[in-house]
Amino acid sequence: MTDFVHPGLLFILGALPIPILKGSVRKAYVLLIPALAILAVLTMHPGGYGAAQFIGQQIMIAKVDKLSVLFATVFSIMALIGTVYALHLTHAAQHVAAFVYVGSALGVVFAGDYLTLFLFWEGMTFASAYLVFAQRSEQALRAGFRYLMVHITGSVALLGGIILHGFATGSVLFGPIEDGLGFATCLILAGFLLNAAVPPLNAWLTDAYPEATVTGAVFMSAFTTKTAVYVLARAFPGTDLLVWLGTVMALYGVVYAVLENDCRRLLAYHIVSQVGYMVVGIGIGTEMAVNGAVSHAFAHILYKALLFMGAGAVIHVTGRRKLTELGGLYKTMPVTLALYMVGALAISAFPFFSGFVTKSMVVAAAGQDHRALVVLALTMASSGTFLHTGLKLPYYMFFGTDQGLQAREPPRNMLVAMGMAAVLCIAIGVFPQTLYALLPHPVDFDPYTGVHITESLGVLMFTALGFVIFLRALDPENTISIDTDWFYRMGARRFMWLAEKPLARYEKAVSDVSETAALPFLHGMARAGLRIDLRGVDAFVNAVARAILRGGGALRRLQSGVVTHYALAMIAGVIAAIAVFAVAWR
Amino acid sequence: MIKRVVDFFGDERHAKKRRRLFYLVLVLIVIADFLVFREHAEYLWERLPGWSALYGFGSCVLLIFVSKFLGHQCGLMRREDYYD
Repeated sequence: MTDFVHPGLLFILGALPIPILKGSVRKAYVLLIPALAILAVLTMHPGGYGAAQFIGQQIMIAKVDKLSVLFATVFSIMALIGTVYALHLTHAAQHVAAFVYVGSALGVVFAGDYLTLFLFWEGMTFASAYLVFAQRSEQALRAGFRYLMVHITGSVALLGGIILHGFATGSVLFGPIEDGLGFATCLILAGFLLNAAVPPLNAWLTDAYPEATVTGAVFMSAFTTKTAVYVLARAFPGTDLLVWLGTVMALYGVVYAVLENDCRRLLAYHIVSQVGYMVVGIGIGTEMAVNGAVSHAFAHILYKALLFMGAGAVIHVTGRRKLTELGGLYKTMPVTLALYMVGALAISAFPFFSGFVTKSMVVAAAGQDHRALVVLALTMASSGTFLHTGLKLPYYMFFGTDQGLQAREPPRNMLVAMGMAAVLCIAIGVFPQTLYALLPHPVDFDPYTGVHITESLGVLMFTALGFVIFLRALDPENTISIDTDWFYRMGARRFMWLAEKPLARYEKAVSDVSETAALPFLHGMARAGLRIDLRGVDAFVNAVARAILRGGGALRRLQSGVVTHYALAMIAGVIAAIAVFAVAWR
Repeated sequence: MIKRVVDFFGDERHAKKRRRLFYLVLVLIVIADFLVFREHAEYLWERLPGWSALYGFGSCVLLIFVSKFLGHQCGLMRREDYYD
């Protein structure tokens, strides 16, 4: 056995045979690959693998340490859950895209240098965009193109930063950046922050995720932002700017979630909010804060996927996605509701659910670092999280006004996948030490103290009281919300208007001028040229030709055909030559 | 079992029982918050029993109304065909 099998390559190469396989063989195969990847991650040893020279730079395909193993573990578990959830799909394309996407995310997590990182970073962008396009509606195609364009812009910034950083430091190896925030570093940071969906670079997420396929959105919710969290944790721990960005982010997502009517867009805004906690943790940069950030990423992937799976199941069964059009499903989909609620309690950080043991570590680390404002803001965001994912969404989707929808439980594979995620959400909450043992730094934190439990329950249950009292104020409305995507969506429209109206008019005026004035002039010139050509040039050429013809006739008369005439001419020629030679010699 | 729990939260006939249970839980949480042992409190509010309940309720109300204000008065919420 080799020491190291790259789980990312396992996914990417493993995706190739999927289209050839059919039926239950394909099902078994797509489950086998994530299972092998989990095995590969569990058996790998720390160290550097695949070191080589490329365009004069040292690169390293895979660097294995506790941080990368932590992310690889949850990524490969999530890939298995997402594949089970998508097992009923009849087309191979989405499986292939999802595998390439997961494989690229794992490639980023193990990348030991910026060039490898960038390659896989791009792979993620294109593979995930397919999961949006696969939905095939006009709306999804538009959202997919916006998603691609925004990410490619971010990638260009990242690549620019990498090149400048490489020139400045002479190395493209990926590690903590310690030389302050220069221009190159800022470009790299901007590329990372875009993928982490930090406002104002967040709108691609809430724009595209709700338009993806039911199964595709589950994958998307897990990988792109968390890969960004990983690279931030690797390169920028302790960057103070991130604390403030993260705090704003946590509240930003919650505020927008109040306004949202689309169930998966509401959940997408909560990704923004939850990633805010992780960004804060990385920004604080103490051992406890980084532990909190990355453990929260671990827990978040599982409960957020569970929430997306629950909302996806409702969309799969009813074909509806707006809260104003849903309601009363608890009678027909009780198991889906129960599993969804496990995810909701986990994201809200109820005791004995995963969020409780991870989110609190970030908040406690902010407290220890004497950041009172951050603690208060994050606690407020926790209240908002429960308000939306734990109360508003389930209330209007499963209870509320009965819309008389013909519904049933989703296919068995979807329920099994949700069950797997739910079990993990509870297991992490009940046995946090198992997760804590995987964290990059030693953990000295006990979430289950009396005061922490009563405080959490106090915040959460009194949020519920507020919900009950002001329920009518929260009724979903048939609207969409303007986010920062307004700038490029309307900006593009203004640009098109500019191109279609003033620029097109200018172009028409120019072509009018050329038609009325320039073209007749050119015609006249051409006619004059023709006349000169016919009468002047042609006449001259004809005259020369005639003269040559006549000269040729005269010469022909000299050719008598009598040998003595020719001999006489040759002798005369020789004498003439000797005469000329003699004169010249002299 | 799941169906019965879900029905308890959904069916109208359990509404009264549900409300009573909810208020009982709220009261118990506040009482528990007064009883728990606080070994060290870094901030002023951590020493106040019942603070978290107050803060949770306040946050919830603030978030609802500030967001709705931003949505309605500051023009964040638009008709669904806004971009079409």
